[in-house]
Amino acid sequence: MTRSNGDVIDYSSLAVRESSAEQMLRGGALSGANQPAHLKGTDIEGAELERHVHERILTTTLDKAVAWARSNSFFPLAFGLACCAMEQFQTAGPRMDIARFGYEAFRASPRQADLIILAGRVSIKMAPIIRRLYDQMLEPKWAISMGACCSSMGVFNNYALVPADKFMPIDVHVPGCPPRPEALMHGVLKLRKLVQDDPDAGWRERYGAAGTEEAPAGA
Amino acid sequence: MSTTGGAPGVSEYRRGEQNIDLSPPAEQIARRGDERSEIGQREELLTLNFGPHHPATHGVLRLLVRLEGEVVRDLRPIIGYVHTGIEKTAEDKSYWKVIPVVERMDYLSYYFNAMAFCGAVETLAQVDVPARAQYLRVIHLELNRIASHLIWLGTSILDLGATSIFLYGLRERELILDLFEMSSGQRMHTRYFQVGGVIEDIPPGFAKKLREFTKVMPKRTDEYRAILDSNEIVLQRLRGTCPLDAERLLSLGVTGPLLRAAGNPWDLRKAAPYSSYDDFEFKIPVGTVGDNYDRYACRVAEIYESVKIIEQALDGLPEGPFITSDRKVALPPRHELATSMEALIHHFKLVTEGFRVPDGEAYCAIESPRGELGCFVRADGSSKPARVHMRDPSFVNLQALSPMVEGSYIADMIATVAMLDPILGGVDR
Amino acid sequence: MPDATGLELIGKELGKAVLDKTFFRERATLDIDPTAVRAVLSQLREKGFAFLASVHGVDYYPHEPRLGVIYELLDMRRVDRITVRVRLPTDAPEIDSVTPDGDYGAGWPTANHQEREVYDMFGVVFRGHPDPRRILMPEDYEGHPQRRDFPVGGEPVLFTRDEAQWLEARE
Repeated sequence: MTRSNGDVIDYSSLAVRESSAEQMLRGGALSGANQPAHLKGTDIEGAELERHVHERILTTTLDKAVAWARSNSFFPLAFGLACCAMEQFQTAGPRMDIARFGYEAFRASPRQADLIILAGRVSIKMAPIIRRLYDQMLEPKWAISMGACCSSMGVFNNYALVPADKFMPIDVHVPGCPPRPEALMHGVLKLRKLVQDDPDAGWRERYGAAGTEEAPAGA
Repeated sequence: MSTTGGAPGVSEYRRGEQNIDLSPPAEQIARRGDERSEIGQREELLTLNFGPHHPATHGVLRLLVRLEGEVVRDLRPIIGYVHTGIEKTAEDKSYWKVIPVVERMDYLSYYFNAMAFCGAVETLAQVDVPARAQYLRVIHLELNRIASHLIWLGTSILDLGATSIFLYGLRERELILDLFEMSSGQRMHTRYFQVGGVIEDIPPGFAKKLREFTKVMPKRTDEYRAILDSNEIVLQRLRGTCPLDAERLLSLGVTGPLLRAAGNPWDLRKAAPYSSYDDFEFKIPVGTVGDNYDRYACRVAEIYESVKIIEQALDGLPEGPFITSDRKVALPPRHELATSMEALIHHFKLVTEGFRVPDGEAYCAIESPRGELGCFVRADGSSKPARVHMRDPSFVNLQALSPMVEGSYIADMIATVAMLDPILGGVDR
Repeated sequence: MPDATGLELIGKELGKAVLDKTFFRERATLDIDPTAVRAVLSQLREKGFAFLASVHGVDYYPHEPRLGVIYELLDMRRVDRITVRVRLPTDAPEIDSVTPDGDYGAGWPTANHQEREVYDMFGVVFRGHPDPRRILMPEDYEGHPQRRDFPVGGEPVLFTRDEAQWLEARE
């Protein structure tokens, strides 16, 4: 690879220097080229070293990092049932832009989605199908019940509807009829916080539902 | 189908998998030696299930399609996946409480549902709607028509592959929802129409904002047409695909833009004007061939006409009460409650029990964005209706889908479902 | 709408199929004999009422005969509507379907889904219907939901003040 002025980079000249992190892990003070410019020539120790590290290095557990990544990139399933779907569209629309938060990739296939937003009323004919869709989603997966009809029975407390909690685990219920885009966004961001704080994957650990798998573990 | 109980041996599923015949269909048919029709001898008919969860169905519509290659030979729609028992719930509630229930039926044209129901109850209870209320109703109905057509346009053209129109349509719809929020406090399902008029007068500033909207909307629609009208892809997908003639459509009970696209200018706003529609001058866009392109063009032209109606209504908005002054039906104004005992009693009775409607049956039909929306109400003298039935246009229009798509490609079927504009909330109620 | 006189004339022409005529709130309703429904509808079609706007059911509980099927017809040329009503008892809720073509001329294809809905919700059996299945409820559902004696159903509302009770009941 050449620079624009025609010089060839001589990679052999780039010494593999010990990074500052490795140095400190080794227990040594910062030295040599890894020193900050204003301290060149002296080793820093103690509180100054602490401050130097805090300003420059982020340490975390792998779980937390993965949870952070997961929570900021939900792929919602493109799934609208009734009126709440219209407000779901508006949430994806220009004013209340769901893409600001990274959730604009509505997937058509449940295999590629990790968030199902139940937008609308769940009738008894539709419930087994939604359950099948939810089962087809891969772990980790989350569910938001949008609107009053799927969270509780909503306006229609009658023979034809099923509240979503009866057949699938829901993480966040968003009330409203239909919830404003701001309300839905609040619900999604609550879910994001939930995922960031509690990085357990899989709803079975969260809901204490071990043993409900169709093929028992170990068989 | 895994084996249960850990029994050894090959499961049925595995056996089926191992025995899949991969030879060409013609050979298979020859080997089987069945008698098949012309069609079946070339290719087998494949039954494909679309939905109810499918990104290209507008709502939870399930289609069983029999395909020969890519050509649709038979189509059967299966509905009922969002059946909410609205009509049954409505029997349990007093008349003014039925309005929010019924609004959620055809969830894109909520004002129309409320209008049909209020019209039927007003016929039964012989309640007069004051002129100002009628004009306000017209304004909100036409705004709702534009909003419905914008979502239709966005989602239909999304099915054809153009994603930007969807977002533009949503941007315009935000303006309309802002107006709804100004007048009634809610963006959707506003409960704004009540029996006898509207629930509240429009606030100051509404007229100004509405005028800004009427200036902006035709320009934006011009922009959409500039993108879509002569677009090669739109023309190839929509021109000449799945036409159906007006006579066939009438026998199937189809009304609305579908019928108008086929050439029959039937529009209830002109034929049997309700709620002061005869005060306004507007045209009815009518198509010639009845193919998908005509259906698209009719609806887009209707947006312009709706804007004209709104402007005329706003210019001619009469002063006066916004709801009937019949205290047996409509709540008295709040300031009267402090001074008049009768007003207090009326208020109490109306809120706790609701108004009573004498025995009778009425059917009120209006022109919704999808066709004739009718509401049948049977009153039995009590404060709750004995039967509410909404004759939803999408439910009846769906029957036309099968004749439309016979003999055309799957891609045309997708475009036709989009142009049919079914709203499954209305189909399933 | 045919006014009261128009209704009388129509009633006379249709003869003994008409059991009753009602003119209420400017609307004409004909109560007819269930066996004559196809004949009456085709005669009205010849008069100009060529558009069947709606077929729906009503449960007139507690008045017998309990089930009603109502046909709303529209004359597009004269902008007229007329309602044809049929009453059926619950123990024998059968009536000819108007969907298929038959000896009274062309059928009314628009009644296809609508009659299925009346069957689904009220239990009225339409003889001769090309596809007599439930349309809105699941295929194997038992009962006809919109009859008046069918319970509305639904979930009980759990108030937090009763929380102690339902936590107990769960154990």
